[in-house]
Amino acid sequence: MSETNTYKGSFILLILTLIVCFFANISLGSVSIPLKEIFNSLVGASSNASWQYIIVDYRLPKAVTAILVGSGLGISGLLMQTLFRNPLAGPFVLGITSGASLGVALVILGGGLFGGIFASLLISKWTIVIAASLGSFLVLLAVLIVSSRVKDTMAILIIGLMFGSITSAVVSVLSYFSSAEQLQQYIFWGFGSLGNLSWNEVFIFFVIYSFGILLSILAIKGLNTLLLGENYAKSLGLNIKRSRIIIILATSLLAGTITAFAGPIAFIGLAVPHLTRQIFNTSNHKILLPAVFLFGAIVMLICDSIAQLPTSDYTLPINAITSLIGAPVVIWLLVRKRKMVF
Amino acid sequence: MKETSQHIILKTENLSIGYKTKKEETTIATNINIALKKGELIGLVGGNGIGKSTLLRTLTQVQPKLSGALYLNEKPLEDYANMDLAKAMSLVLTETIASKNLSVFELVALGRQPYTNWVGNLSEEDISKVNHAITQTNIDNLKHKKCFELSDGQLQKVMIARALAQDTDLIILDEPTTHLDMYHKAYILKLLQRLVKETGKTILFSSHEIDLAIQLCDTMIVMTKTEVISNTPCTLIEQGTFNTLFPEDLITFDEKTRSFRVKK
Repeated sequence: MSETNTYKGSFILLILTLIVCFFANISLGSVSIPLKEIFNSLVGASSNASWQYIIVDYRLPKAVTAILVGSGLGISGLLMQTLFRNPLAGPFVLGITSGASLGVALVILGGGLFGGIFASLLISKWTIVIAASLGSFLVLLAVLIVSSRVKDTMAILIIGLMFGSITSAVVSVLSYFSSAEQLQQYIFWGFGSLGNLSWNEVFIFFVIYSFGILLSILAIKGLNTLLLGENYAKSLGLNIKRSRIIIILATSLLAGTITAFAGPIAFIGLAVPHLTRQIFNTSNHKILLPAVFLFGAIVMLICDSIAQLPTSDYTLPINAITSLIGAPVVIWLLVRKRKMVF
Repeated sequence: MKETSQHIILKTENLSIGYKTKKEETTIATNINIALKKGELIGLVGGNGIGKSTLLRTLTQVQPKLSGALYLNEKPLEDYANMDLAKAMSLVLTETIASKNLSVFELVALGRQPYTNWVGNLSEEDISKVNHAITQTNIDNLKHKKCFELSDGQLQKVMIARALAQDTDLIILDEPTTHLDMYHKAYILKLLQRLVKETGKTILFSSHEIDLAIQLCDTMIVMTKTEVISNTPCTLIEQGTFNTLFPEDLITFDEKTRSFRVKK
């Protein structure tokens, strides 16, 4: 279609930006490594073993994680905004992060409360990943059961929010009985982190993420039909319930794994689809989905580059950076254009 | 007998409509026997709350019937799968579309969804049908505009073009003239009449514009509190059906001018 050609230039530009951001992200860090050595390390020909290690086993998986996290959150935000016809929806409206947070809170904070097995359990990275996955999976299951019974899509939105309230209440109760050390650990998880993943973990992350992306691609036609509203969509032969379940499943897989591996990353999922719509002035998901993918990845790489404060030893919480940088950008864009296209 | 039945697109037999919950059944109208003939413009009229929308919702399978039979092209309506129904019947609803950021072309093209592949790519044939629908409804000049830039009258034409692009024998419109000025009310209904003549499709619409409907429709379905009558506008006038439409304390139907008059 001619429309695809109209956006070809923008797509090429975005892909180039992504590549530049990717290499910038890898070359910036607490240790400054010459550009030439970075390329040598990537192909495995660096003369310096520790540089090689930093690039291949730390910065590269971190950059890949940033791409997965940014694109995944952006796409699940887009799916939710179309499904709920609500510009304020994000990947977490279904209560998936809340579920993950509860899982993690039970492991970290609940240790003292339950004693016994939990206390003796070493709180490793995998324990947290599994707890977060289990938590978000249970919430997902509840949402899916509810959505197959509820006729009104908006009811799912409210139910998602309710799940969020319940879990945050449980987390508050747990925090009340926790030690300062446990609280700190829980809060640190809440900051989000891209840099803690080994290649093995990145691989598992990638596999589940791919399922989510695949489902989103399958949902494109249904999403476009939903732009007319549910009654029109039904009159066009769309199986609303099935599309709804595919969309919810895709979002849950993406947002769930991202929260499990990188913590609850705020803002990206809500903002990236809006940023994308400002540049790609269309509602067609065949254009929006790949555009949001690229945009999400770019924004996340930039945020991560800033968060690690190049050449210093400090790394700021990624969650703070995404909102600190992102929110003013969205405000600026909306004020400048005076119109929110949705 | 066989020949006439071939020309009937939609037929009801002793149809009862209403709402059913677990506890009780609310019947809105019973004994509905109507037949929509191919190539006719049919107007459905009746007072507020008389059940026009419920009838349309039942005919379009948005809600289940209470009893009786309902045939679309001689096949029971409930036997249609979603996708087959989408290829036999298209709708123009009263609700506004969810995203007005679609361009007119994109919106009309969504009418081709039942025919496109899994990702919704338009084939040559799809594009030519979309363009044809746009030409038929005289909206070529709006083709690249966004829907939020359109007036109510323009948007209604676009929605009709979308229904045309869906390429169905039957198009059903729920109150297509609400929110429109007098000129556009006549324009839209006249457009429907022209489309029926040009395409041989059957178009059913509900409306409160009884005067206009009398002038333009081939058949009218009149819903009153007691019965549902279907006939040509002339016969209906002769039978005095329109007099029974509203309580007579305020307005009466004047047979000479074929319109309603306010009592002085």
